[in-house]
Amino acid sequence: MADALVEDVAIEAPRRLGPFKRFMRHRLAFFGVVIIAILLVGAALAPWLAPFDPDDIDIVNRYAPPASPGHWLGSDDLGRDVLSRLMFAGRISLSVGIAAMLVTVVVGFAVGASAAYHGGWVDAALMRFTDIMLCFPSVFLLLFVAAFVPPNLGSMALMIGLTCWMEIARIIYAQILTLKQTDFIAAARMVGAPAWRIIVRQILPNSMAPIFVAATLNTANAILLESYVSFLGYGIQPPEASWGNMLTNAQSAFQVDPWLAIFPGIAITLAVACFNFIGDGLRDALDPKVRD
Amino acid sequence: MEIAAPPLLEVQDLSVSFANTRAVDSISFRVEEGETLGLVGESGCGKSTTALALMRLLRDASLTGRAWLDGVDLIGLGEAEMRAMRGSQVGMIFQDPATALHPMVRVGEQVAEVLDAHLSLSRAETKARTVELFRKVGIAAPEQRIRAFPHELSGGMCQRVVIAMAISCGPRLLLADEPTTALDVTVQAQILDLLRGIAGQSRAGMVLITHDLGVVAGMADRVAVMYAGRIVESGPTDQIFAHPLHPYTAGLLASIPQLDSGWDEPVPTIPGSVQDKGAGSGCPFAPRCSLASMECRTAPPFLAAGGGRMVACWKAV
Amino acid sequence: MRRFILHRLLQAAILLIGVSIIGFALMHLAPGGPLAVYTLNPTVTSQDIERVKVLFGLDQPVYVQYLKWARGLLTGHWGFSFFGGQEVRVIVLERLPATFLLMGSSMMLALVVGVSIGVLAAVRRGSGFDYATAIMAMIALSLPTFWFGLLAIFTFAQTLGWFPAGGIASATDAGLLDRLWHLVLPMSVLAFVLVAQWSRYTRSAMIEILSQDYIRTARAKGLASGTVLLNHALRAALAPLITLAGLQLPLLVGGALVTETVFSWPGMGLLFINALNTRDYPILMAILMVGAVVVVLGNLLADILVALVDPRVKLHG
Repeated sequence: MADALVEDVAIEAPRRLGPFKRFMRHRLAFFGVVIIAILLVGAALAPWLAPFDPDDIDIVNRYAPPASPGHWLGSDDLGRDVLSRLMFAGRISLSVGIAAMLVTVVVGFAVGASAAYHGGWVDAALMRFTDIMLCFPSVFLLLFVAAFVPPNLGSMALMIGLTCWMEIARIIYAQILTLKQTDFIAAARMVGAPAWRIIVRQILPNSMAPIFVAATLNTANAILLESYVSFLGYGIQPPEASWGNMLTNAQSAFQVDPWLAIFPGIAITLAVACFNFIGDGLRDALDPKVRD
Repeated sequence: MEIAAPPLLEVQDLSVSFANTRAVDSISFRVEEGETLGLVGESGCGKSTTALALMRLLRDASLTGRAWLDGVDLIGLGEAEMRAMRGSQVGMIFQDPATALHPMVRVGEQVAEVLDAHLSLSRAETKARTVELFRKVGIAAPEQRIRAFPHELSGGMCQRVVIAMAISCGPRLLLADEPTTALDVTVQAQILDLLRGIAGQSRAGMVLITHDLGVVAGMADRVAVMYAGRIVESGPTDQIFAHPLHPYTAGLLASIPQLDSGWDEPVPTIPGSVQDKGAGSGCPFAPRCSLASMECRTAPPFLAAGGGRMVACWKAV
Repeated sequence: MRRFILHRLLQAAILLIGVSIIGFALMHLAPGGPLAVYTLNPTVTSQDIERVKVLFGLDQPVYVQYLKWARGLLTGHWGFSFFGGQEVRVIVLERLPATFLLMGSSMMLALVVGVSIGVLAAVRRGSGFDYATAIMAMIALSLPTFWFGLLAIFTFAQTLGWFPAGGIASATDAGLLDRLWHLVLPMSVLAFVLVAQWSRYTRSAMIEILSQDYIRTARAKGLASGTVLLNHALRAALAPLITLAGLQLPLLVGGALVTETVFSWPGMGLLFINALNTRDYPILMAILMVGAVVVVLGNLLADILVALVDPRVKLHG
């Protein structure tokens, strides 16, 4: 059996990637795109698609189990419809995730590009700063800041963005350092193009691939962070719903109605997983060096 | 007609296929004891694949044919038995010594591993043998050098270590796959001398794979020329160099720049590339051959041409 | 080697200085500054605030404050809790062992399970096992840890009653077995995400390594497949794996915080959450700094270990 194990070890002829694996990869990313699209549409059109108003309190019908008449996914401790709340919460959680991602991309790109392009002490200072920021576990940082800043969609996105830009900064930094050596950049400089223009017109288009991958993965991470912070009560405040704060009372509610804890968690996992799938798929599709 | 002392290595109709491509197409050759066979051809002709096939180191490849080493068919051997053969009966020397050695293991240990795998020696004996092997392959101060890591050694030294690994258990057959291609020219000569010396000392047979005809001229007793997975010509080295029978061999020899040709004279080349091999069943070289004609639509058989020579060409002789 | 360690120590020290500066900046940038709890309190008069400012040395120039604060950090004077007035150092350090226990055990578990899965997936690349573990890893990486913890408590503690729902030990019996019993659930939950990372990373590292020339050489030497896998492949994988362990530290510390929250595990994370509720700055800062220090020291250790394992590293420092 051990022999059979390492039978497969030595590779001589260039091995074509098993079509099965490649198809599977693409299928996952495709699945991710489809689900995310559904989630986004559901979230965006929530005001029109949701069966109930998410704040509709109906004490009489509280804790209804899923598949109850009218309440497909049940109702919560105040009788509010879970499905409607999920959809409206999706608006918040997905928006925070995407907005945070945009912040990380902008800040990360600014830091990484400036450092790489200018070199010298700017490079040293910015990248040291990035290294230092990376030493702080982001959850700690985020909570610390969230405790003092009044939390709403915008501030959440900003805070998450400001604690997660470092990875993108590093990626961009490495990309641009490589690009800097290329001839077409040298040509642009010779012609006298100003730094910002070179960055925007030449460098940006060429570093898109890793940015896209990092961006999708950052969105996934941002959604996770928002859900945790909201779960703890430092994020989106009730009665406004986010997937995270729908889980806040989950621990006590488990005895009465476990379903209340299940659906928001599934929603989070689903959204995050799909972004991860898409990110992985993008990485495979855009990076020529990855053989698998 | 050879007198029947059974050859050390007899390969018969060996074919190697990956998915739907035939990398090696029904080749046959033999290597006698103490003889060096040069296997030449351009990149992609299947010579390295042949060596790896003999060692059964190919993944996802289907092998057909036979390869008898001292009467044991390497192709049909079970994996456990084959493992016992590797390193002890058949030794392989690889092309790039820098990558062939494990970067995190001391070189002495890498050689000792072969000894430990196949021989039951005490630690002291293993160490002594290792030092001895290092000395044999020309590494100075072997007692210190065995503790070195590959990145601390030059390319030539690394290759000496690789050779030491290959010969450590006294194998009957050595497969040297482009042993000098990755080395500097001056070092190349040294390594070739070393190989020649080793081949001369033991009664082992050696298959020397290379695309460099100069190397072959100095080292090989006999030559087999490969093209597109087939052997197109074989025979004693001096005869092949003096009177090549196959148009490809002739083209190869002609394309070696001569010292006395004018610097502005074009170096003769063989038009086309290996990818132009004939589709289907014709002679694979036909598309590039200046002598090709209608009969070349049928693949020529590999036939004896007198004097221990064999050739696969309708136009030979 | 010594130079290397010194060099790395210096880098770590600079990093720590930078960390302390950022920490200090955070403390003062937060709305209300370090006296937020007082300034936001309507019953506190402005004269009181002025007095407190002088008391805490907050009327002095910023860099002086920083230096004093930094010196305090180094000498163990971490201030006093705003609520209760105990020494922060005492409170925090008291909680440290519990967090380390959780982090350490999860890391161990994740390493063993994750690396094994990764190696197997790499060797059996493309198989059903490989595919299944890849999907599971993706899902595991997408699960919110706190939710997973809640589900685990619900299933294993409340419904099945196999494990306690939280805490580090029972009130009555705090023996070793009881502690282990309490450790299982939180450790597994935290390890879950880590396993996913380890298995994916190991898998891609192993695939890369298994295609290297030196693995082929090892097989050509006739070594047993287990030997090749362990002595050669895994040895080469050690360096990137150790590096991953270092890089994973922020995630580990953050994950510990989440896990402690859900399982009422009396570690630094839970303390942080409690301090958050009361805006207890000194404690919050101290824990933030401890977290960062753990990350820096952990990476330093990882760097040194990598240098020990991979002899090439010392060259490029």
